[in-house]
Formats: sequence, C-alpha cells, structure tokens
Amino acid sequence: MDTTSKLFDLIPVLPELTMMSVALVLLLLDLIVKKKEVIALVGIAGALVAFYGTCKLYGLTEPQSVFANMFVLDGYSNFFKLIFYLNVILTICISLKYMAVEKASLGEYYALLFFATTGMMIMASAADLIVLYLGLELMALSTYILAGFVRKQPRSNEAALKYFFLGAFSSAFLLYGISLTYGLTGTTNLKEIAVALQTLNITGSPIVFLGVIFFIVAFGFKIALVPFHMWAPDVYEGAPTSITAFMSVGPKAAGFAVMGRVLFDAFGGLQVQWSSILIPVAVITMAVGSIIALAQTNIKRMLAYSSIAHAGYMLLGVISGTPGGLTSTVNYLMIYALMNMGAFAVVIMLRREGFQGENLEDYMGLAKGHPLASALMLIFMFSLTGIPPTAGFIGKFYVFMEAIRAGHTSLAVIAVMFSVISAFFYLRVVMYMYMKDPKEEVVLTTSNSMNFALAVTAVMVILLGVFPSLLLDLVRSSILG
Amino acid sequence: MEHVIYNQLSYPILTYTVFLPVAGALLLLFMRNATLIRLTTLIVTVAAFIISLPLLSNFDKTSYKMQFVEKHEWIPSWGINYFIGIDGISILFIFLTTLLSVLCVLVSWKAIETKAKEFHIAILILEAGMLGVFVALDFFLFYIFWEAMLIPMFLLIGVWGGQQRVYAAIKFFLYTLAGSVLMLVGIVVLYFKGGNTLDILTLSSVRYPLQLQLWLFMAFFAAFAVKVPMFPFHTWLPDAHTEAPTAGSVVLAGVLLKMGAYGFLRFSIPMFPDATRFFMKPILILSVVGIIYGALVCLAQKDLKRLIAYSSVSHMGFVTLGIFAMNSQGVEGGILQMLNHGVITGALFLMIGIIYERTHTRQISDYGGFAGLTPWYAGFFMILTFASIGLPGMNGFIGEFLILFGAFKAQKVMGVLAATGVILGAGYMLWLYQRVFFEKTNPDWTSGHHHVRDLNLREVITLVPLIALIFWIGFYPDVCLSYMHSSVEHLIENMNTSAYAGKDGLLARHIMESF
Repeated sequence: MDTTSKLFDLIPVLPELTMMSVALVLLLLDLIVKKKEVIALVGIAGALVAFYGTCKLYGLTEPQSVFANMFVLDGYSNFFKLIFYLNVILTICISLKYMAVEKASLGEYYALLFFATTGMMIMASAADLIVLYLGLELMALSTYILAGFVRKQPRSNEAALKYFFLGAFSSAFLLYGISLTYGLTGTTNLKEIAVALQTLNITGSPIVFLGVIFFIVAFGFKIALVPFHMWAPDVYEGAPTSITAFMSVGPKAAGFAVMGRVLFDAFGGLQVQWSSILIPVAVITMAVGSIIALAQTNIKRMLAYSSIAHAGYMLLGVISGTPGGLTSTVNYLMIYALMNMGAFAVVIMLRREGFQGENLEDYMGLAKGHPLASALMLIFMFSLTGIPPTAGFIGKFYVFMEAIRAGHTSLAVIAVMFSVISAFFYLRVVMYMYMKDPKEEVVLTTSNSMNFALAVTAVMVILLGVFPSLLLDLVRSSILG
Repeated sequence: MEHVIYNQLSYPILTYTVFLPVAGALLLLFMRNATLIRLTTLIVTVAAFIISLPLLSNFDKTSYKMQFVEKHEWIPSWGINYFIGIDGISILFIFLTTLLSVLCVLVSWKAIETKAKEFHIAILILEAGMLGVFVALDFFLFYIFWEAMLIPMFLLIGVWGGQQRVYAAIKFFLYTLAGSVLMLVGIVVLYFKGGNTLDILTLSSVRYPLQLQLWLFMAFFAAFAVKVPMFPFHTWLPDAHTEAPTAGSVVLAGVLLKMGAYGFLRFSIPMFPDATRFFMKPILILSVVGIIYGALVCLAQKDLKRLIAYSSVSHMGFVTLGIFAMNSQGVEGGILQMLNHGVITGALFLMIGIIYERTHTRQISDYGGFAGLTPWYAGFFMILTFASIGLPGMNGFIGEFLILFGAFKAQKVMGVLAATGVILGAGYMLWLYQRVFFEKTNPDWTSGHHHVRDLNLREVITLVPLIALIFWIGFYPDVCLSYMHSSVEHLIENMNTSAYAGKDGLLARHIMESF
C-alpha cells in the first residue's frame, strides 16, 4: 500500500484521532494553564471539532471499512459517537464547579474523560474483536481512575477498586469468549466469523454458544445487566457524581454498541439462542432494578438501580433481533443520555461544601426555595418514568413496539408493569420536592456551564417528546439506511 | 376520505381550543404577581370556553361522522398523524371541560394561597390534556394526552390537597398508570394487527379475530375500568376525591371519570364488538354492584366529601350500565348521565369547597342548622341534592330514566336491581341534607370570628351556570340528546351488524373453540 491510500485510510478515524489529540493537549495544557475553566473549554471545543468531523462523515453513504476491515465507519457507529460527544460535553459542563467543591479539580480529569470517550468511539466502530477489546480497555482503564478521582474519600477509592476488580473479571470473560470464537472460526473479524460459522456449519455447536454466553457476560458487566450488576450501586454511589453520570451513559451505550455489533454481525445466525438467554436476563434486570430502587434513600444509589432497570428496557430492542429492534435500543440510549444527565445535573447542584445533598430527605421542600430546579427535576423524573409528553415515553414506546413486532408481547407486558413499579420511586423524588416542607434552607451550587447542561437536557427531553421525529428520522436513517 | 368531515370553519378551531390553555400556561411562567396569574388563567379559560362554543352551533347533528377534523403528518416513520376531530359522543365533553375549567379557576380564587403559579399552570395543562383526550383520533396522540394528564392531576392532589394528600396522589397515579400501560400494550398490538396505523377510525373498521378481541378488550378494560372507576377498581377514587383541592375534585368528578366511559364508547365497543357482547353480562353485573355498593357505602360516611366521592361510584355505575345495555336508550342515557354527573357532582364539590373554606371541617357531624345560617347556600344545595337524586324536571332524572329504560330492555333483572340504587341515592342524599342543614346548629358557627358567611357574588357566579344547565337539560333534554342521536345510532348499528348479534350461544362456543 502506498502512502496516499494509507492517508486516505485515516479519514474515517479522524474523529477518534481528534479526541485522542485533545486528550493529550489537555494533559499538557494542565502544566501551563492554572484555570480549569480554560482546560474545560478547550476540551469542549475539541469535542465539537470531532463532532463536526462525524457530521461530515455522516455524508458518506457507504460504510467505510479501514485498517484491513478492523475498523468500520457506518451510520450505526456514527450515531453512537453522537451519544458519546453529548455525554462528554455534558459531563464537562456539570463537572466544572462540582470538582472544585470536591477539591479534586485536576487537569487530568478532563484528559481522562477524553481517553474514555475515545475508547467508546473505537468500540462503536470495532469490526474486529481485537479492536473491540482495545477500545473497551481504553474506556475501562480511564473510568477506573475517574471513579476514584476524589482520592481523599474512602468511598471513592472503594468504588474505583471495586470497579477495577469486577471490570478486570469481565475483561477476562471477554478474552475467553474471543479466544473460543477464534479457535473455532480462525478469525477475529466479526463479518468473517459469521461466514465461517456458516461454511463450517458449526452454528449449532455448544462451544460457539458458550462463546456467545461469554460475550454476553462481558458486555453485561459494562451495561450492568442483572446478575452482573453487583458493582453498579456501590460504584455509582462512591464515584464523584459527575463521573456517575458519565458512567451511567457512556460505558452503557458503548456496551450496547458492541453487544449489538457482535450479536447481530457475528452471531446473527444464533439469534434464537441468544434471544432466549437475554429474555430472562432482561426480566430479572428490570425486576431487580425497579424493585430494589424502591428501598433506596440515597439518590445516587436510586439512580444506579434505575439505570439497571433502564438497561433491561433497552435490552428488549436487542432481544427482538431485528435491525428495527436495535434501532429502538439506540434511540432509547440517546434519550436516556439526555434525561439521566439532566437528573444527575440536579443532584450535583445540591452538593456544596460540607453538604452531600445525596439523601432523598435533602430534597424536602426544594420546590419552595428553588422552583425552577425542582421543575426541571420533575421533568426528568417523569421522563425516566416514561410519561408523555416527555422523551422517555418515546424511548419506551419504541422498544415496546419493536418487542411486540417480534412477537414478545408478554415480555412487553412484564416490562410495562415494572415501569409502573419504577414510577413509585421517581414520583417519590417529586413528592419530596413538592409535597413536603423544607427541613433547612438548601443552597444550590450553580454555574453557567451547569445551567447550560440543564437547559439543553430539559429542552431536548420535552422537544423530543413532542416532536419525536427529530430524533427518530436521524436514528432510523443512521441504522436502517 | 369520506369517513370524516374536514373542519367546516376557516380556522383550526379544535387546535385552538386544545392548545390555548397550553399557551396560557407558558405565559404564566413569566408572571410573578398572584392576582395577575389568577386573572390571566381566568381569561384564558374563558377564552377557551368561548372558542369552543362555535363547535356547538356549527355541528352537523345529522351526521355520525367525525367533524371539524384536522389531520397533519406528525411522526411519519411510524405512520402517526396529528389527527383530531369530534363527533356526537365527544362534543358535549368539550363543552363540559371548558366550562368546568372556568369554574375551577373561580372557586380556587381564595382557596389556593401557596404556589399559586404552579397551581394555575397545572390547571391549564390539565384542561389541555382533557380536551386532547376527547378530540384525539390517533391512538398515539390519545395516549399522550391520556397520560400527560396524570402529571398535573398528581400535583394538584399531592401539593394542594388535604391531610392524606401524598398517599392519595401516589395511589391515584399508580392505579391509573397500571391500567394505562396495559392499554399501551394493547394499542401497539392493534398497530400491527390493524395494518401499521394508529388511526382510530381505520382501526375501528377492521374486524379482529375473536381471541384477539378478547385480549385487547381486557387490556383496554384495565385502563378504562380504573378510570371510570368500576367496582372493584374504585378504591383510588375516595382517597383522591377527598384529598384533592376543590378544583381537583371538580375536575376529577366532572371530566376525568368520564374518560373511562368515553374510552368504552370510542374504542372498546366499536373495535371489539364481539368481545363487548361476550363481556356484556359481567360488566352489567359489575355496574349494578357498583351502583348498590356505592350507595350503601355512602350511607356509612362521616366525611362530607367522601360521601360525594362514593356517590360517584354509584352514579358511574349507572353510566356503564347504560352503555353496556347496548341499545340506543341506554347508550344515550349513559352519555347524558356522564354529562349530568359532571355538572351535578362538579357543583356538589364546588359547594363543599365553598363551605370548607369557611368551616375547615368536612365532618358531617360538625355541621347542622346551616339552613338558618346560610339560606342561599342551603337553597343551592337543595337543588343539587334533588338533581343528584333524579327529581323530574332536573337533568339527573332524564339520564337515569333513559338508562333504566335501556337496562330493562336489555336485562330486566339488572334494571330492577339498578332501580333500587335510585332509592338508596335518595336516602343518602336526603339524610345528608338533613344532617347538614337542619337539626341543631353547632354553636361554634354562630359565635364571633367563626361566624359563617353566606355565598358571595363570586361563588354565586360559579354555581349559576351549572344550576342553569341542570334545569335546561331537565326540561329540554333534546338540547343534548340531539347531538348524539346519529353517532349513537351508528354505534349500535355497528354492534348489530356483527355476525353474533342475538346469538350469544354461538359466540360463546366460537370463543371456546378459539382457545
């Protein structure tokens, strides 16, 4: 291959390269610039450049395969990258003031966010198990550090350690799955695996199936599916809240991206088998998430369980085993990113020096002193419940629709019943804010960037609820072509 | 399309009516002064009422078709449209909703002191949601309005309600949500079985297989029976009605309860006629049980508001009895009684709100001798009591008469049993009147600063429109009935064209075979 064609090969990975360079620049910038706002701003600008690149690449109608078919650029990966940009930009917005309050405002924080995001982007574009693993580890290692970023807090340390151990464990599962699959098919390329399974006629082989199970376990860890969710509540509670928000969206979306890619591209022939595993997983995920959240008094833990429950709903789209179903999952992820980020932004606002603001009781009578913040939280809570006219409803409606289209009507009935159960703990937050009298004066920590994040998420949650076509058309054209 | 009559007017009247309150709510966001907020809300609700009036005068009563129809593309990738219109069944509820919303604002003028802004925003959003439910002709749109309504209602009960408000609000929300989500699954199933559309008219024209009809009927029944509420799904109602602020109780009783029955008329009966026929008897039985049970429980109530709340269970039992009697008298009586109940019970809750503002007690035993203390109040309450009982010359009589007539025609036993409900109704209402207005006066109310005032002008203005409606419909029911004749006839005709019309045995056998 000559140089020009190699250069050409780099075009599809320009967004990743941009993000990686931004991460490196931020690391260096930290040595020169004292003000963290500048670093954050440079970061956001970099993410916007990468975003612009992805928008440009959206124009390419044909999927681009580069690096000997190891990396693919298609609508599916592009759309996921949009979620990741949104995630990282919003996280920076809600982190600025918060990390200062936590006395852990270091430049590396922002660099690590970008490393993690680059990892997620590589995962979304991975067309080969090796690249997939590479992206996953880049993402995972960065988030382990981020989870423990508030070094002086024992619970933050605990979160990092727990996340690291269980994450390493899940990586081992992934490697096991990769090696089994490689051993049987002789390739790590997803498309070639599918072909090999066909030509070697081993689709029914139990070893192949075992490989699929290992993949599901490994991705299940990242997505926090029950019974691989044990780490989530502790890590979500212990990590800095901004990172909790980041983790509840980014790695989950990346996990779904690779799960969709591996199950649909490589193991599409085993759809019936993996669906039959995912159905009970989805049911217990929704059950555990919804029911245990009822008992939580710490809002971060509650949102952690809620995030588990939402993973269960998203799984419905994957279970349907159709491109349409996958589309509904991706659509849900985008909406979930918006509403969850918004909810965490409000949680972060309550944190101030000497006050955690994580207990439900801290929300008592919030509506009295802070009507706007309460109204926003109300919107996010109803959206997470899935009540129209918020975007949360559209997300749920789409996955239920695809599940029923694929004939899983009883699964949809179970899902809607759990969403009623989950309504209780979201409503409880609203109840505390609006229907109880304040114990003490609550002072909110606000900043311009925080207001920006809240405005964007709240407006989008309502807008996409009333005009769902804005998102639907994009996600459908990205994935269904 | 020949099934609908596109908007006869030069402007989108239904859209204006539905979304004017939303615009008003957005406007309120930028206001601070409580009086200004109240005034704006009043102007907006009155404007919505006035805008909705041309619907009544321009409505073509000879047609069963949807009128004032507007249709625009909304979510093309799912084939969902912004599709609205009204027919003879829904038109009167538009009128009822816009009217009661005005009265709700008036009655809350003094009662709501905390968070006035949020309260009025909630009232306006609620109004838009209720209107939306009655005009929606696309299932997706319908469901959005149906559910979106829960949010303001939840807040109305939970924030401005009585002692047990939080419990009542959450119970209300979870009950209705549980019913609604089952309907949601039903809607999605219909979407696939009815040809990838959520157009209610198209879906109504498909004849679904028996087994599917049964399942879907049950899914929809879950949503509507909770909303009506039918015995035994009524347990949220006494709590919600009792704890809600006056405006909330009025809207709940006046409009929200009607949505369940409206759902039966708009969806269950036209879409699943065979399943309706199959479930007719059990539903009639549940209705009669509701009528008698509700009335008996009323006799045992110590709380003024709770008594009226339970009377709703009884009255709504009449409504479902009429609707599922499946003849034109029954259905027309049922629709009329929905309207009547909205007017009468709405007015009764207004009355209770008015007196509660003065006495701050809802215990019947705290009252007594109010006929002497507040003669005007007593007079108004007397009219409402008789209307609720169903005295000839008032609207309650017409509705109950038609329903009983229909019920006798359909199932004699049911008619006889339901008629006892009328007697029990007279019992609890008259006894209530006696305990509150006659007997010994509680000395607390005559002394010093506790002295109870009679109605003031604002309160009289609030009540007069409803009183006028009571007599108007009572003396000349055709003013309402004429709107619904063609639509009801079409509905019954559609039922009777079913292959199983009059062949219950055959239907039962085929259902057995289908499983």
